Amino acid sequence: MTPLPGPEALEALALSLKVSAWATAGSLPLALLAAHALARWRFPGRGLLNGLVHLPLVLPPVVTGWLLLSLFGTRGPVGALLAEVGIVFAFRWTGAALAAAVMAFPLMVRAIRLSIEAVDPKLEQAAGTLGASRPWVFATVTLPLILPGIVAGMVLAFAKAMGEFGATITFVSNIPGETRTLPSAIYAFLQTPGGESQALVLAGISVAVAMGALLISELVAVRVAARVRGG
Amino acid sequence: MLSVSVRHRFGAFTLDASFEAPPGITVLFGRSGSGKSTIVDAAAGLLAPEAGRIAVDGRLLFDAAAGVNLPPHRRRLGYVFQEGRLFPHLSVRRNLLYGRWFAPRRAPRAEFGRVVEMLGIGPLLDRRPGALSGGEKQRVAIGRALLASPRLILADEPLAALDEARKAEILPYFERLRDEAAAPILYVSHSAAEVARLATTVVALQDGRVIRQGPAAEVLGDPSVAPTGVRGVGAVLEARVAAHHADGLSELDAAGDRLFLPRVPQPVGAALRIRIAAQEVMLSLQAPQGISALNILPGAVEAIHDGQGPGTIVSVRTRAGVVLARVTRRSAEALALAPGLPVHAIVKTVAIAPEDVGGEAHAPRQEPPR
Repeated sequence: MTPLPGPEALEALALSLKVSAWATAGSLPLALLAAHALARWRFPGRGLLNGLVHLPLVLPPVVTGWLLLSLFGTRGPVGALLAEVGIVFAFRWTGAALAAAVMAFPLMVRAIRLSIEAVDPKLEQAAGTLGASRPWVFATVTLPLILPGIVAGMVLAFAKAMGEFGATITFVSNIPGETRTLPSAIYAFLQTPGGESQALVLAGISVAVAMGALLISELVAVRVAARVRGG
Repeated sequence: MLSVSVRHRFGAFTLDASFEAPPGITVLFGRSGSGKSTIVDAAAGLLAPEAGRIAVDGRLLFDAAAGVNLPPHRRRLGYVFQEGRLFPHLSVRRNLLYGRWFAPRRAPRAEFGRVVEMLGIGPLLDRRPGALSGGEKQRVAIGRALLASPRLILADEPLAALDEARKAEILPYFERLRDEAAAPILYVSHSAAEVARLATTVVALQDGRVIRQGPAAEVLGDPSVAPTGVRGVGAVLEARVAAHHADGLSELDAAGDRLFLPRVPQPVGAALRIRIAAQEVMLSLQAPQGISALNILPGAVEAIHDGQGPGTIVSVRTRAGVVLARVTRRSAEALALAPGLPVHAIVKTVAIAPEDVGGEAHAPRQEPPR
């Protein structure tokens, strides 16, 4: 018989959903900007930006987590500054969201960048000749055309955030109710005698969330693409 | 009035062109690589030339010396691109209205219903561009440009991507545009037939330079101007529809001379422009007898222009205007053609292609005195 998720497991699931939602929503504007810059602009340091964006994808997550801790910890250069205005990341769920956002960032940028590169710049040029300034061209032509890419990027990022473990546990530890996300909870259950059944439940939920996310992204992408391409 | 003066270098190619475009359609005519599209892109602000000045009705769009370079969205353009470039995510209606969003409220507005009617796109309004044919797309693109309340309309080979049937479908709309739009239209083409039908003014370009500019009949009637090669040479005559006959022919009156053409769609009394390709014209010293060709225009040789090949182009002054004939140099010598010699120009009716016949020709409008 399938065991039911206990209160700790439910808490971890709720926290993970919150952390992932914030991580996805919070990194979207920056990802759009980075994707647009990489796809369309030629500027010095473009290679560097590209490397920086992709770094979390290739670095060991524990290194990313440690770098985050050094930068955003209460004594870190950025963390100390932010602490003065009341924003604290270290050992808080916000830190978990930051770690998840950083780790998911390359995936989101990649998906959006590919969709921007698929938009014919000639369409944007045409909008310009019809009187639209650059921000308007972006809002009325580019953005609607890259919507499928944005949706795909967000879903991928959300799924990645749900599964983020290494950077999170290094940066914000594994505090029940604060930073114990789904993967951290699974890890904790596996360390506890008799915790396997709860770990199994959470693993099942992880699989369901991941599959659901992929399904939704496919459905939305197909629908949006049909709406955008016309017919 | 559009006035353009641009100088720009790309590698070994130098564009150095100046011209003024009165209201109506000014066709930039030349083969590919002659600099036509560069001029249009400079007028649109998609390219900043190294030197020059571009102004529409006294409003400065670009001046290299003064450091003025308005971005495209502030130039008040209507640009009809070769590939349409309709927004795929918007309905035809919203494509048409796109430019209106950004036009100043006080700008004189082309009425939506009238433009839709003129272009015959009423039934397409709720469709998306993906569901339109090439010709329909181009009609919507024309409407979209018009409805942006432009002060300058640009068209870069808007028919080049279409097949002959679609071209024939779109040309009349440009003729209407020429006759109705208040803004000057700069139109790029390498097709002599298009030039003959549409141009109020022709600016002939070769290797980045303006080699001739003036009214269509004058520029096309001058065989020394053949920016697209000898096959593009042909004179333009103006005529009126005199009658439609039951055998499928239309009879035209060209200043007293009769011309027979395959049936034209214009009503009796309508003014037409007809381009007669030089290579379709024969010359005869006597009035030919027992010949199948229906169009025989008596006249006199005005000039003979030798080219490089075996051919020569003879301009013949007829009552209807100058007709150009491309004959071999051997024939010209055998007939002893010389200026002043009376000859008959012979044109087969079926040699006048439908795309060479255009409606509502009129001379360039006179500019009011300043």
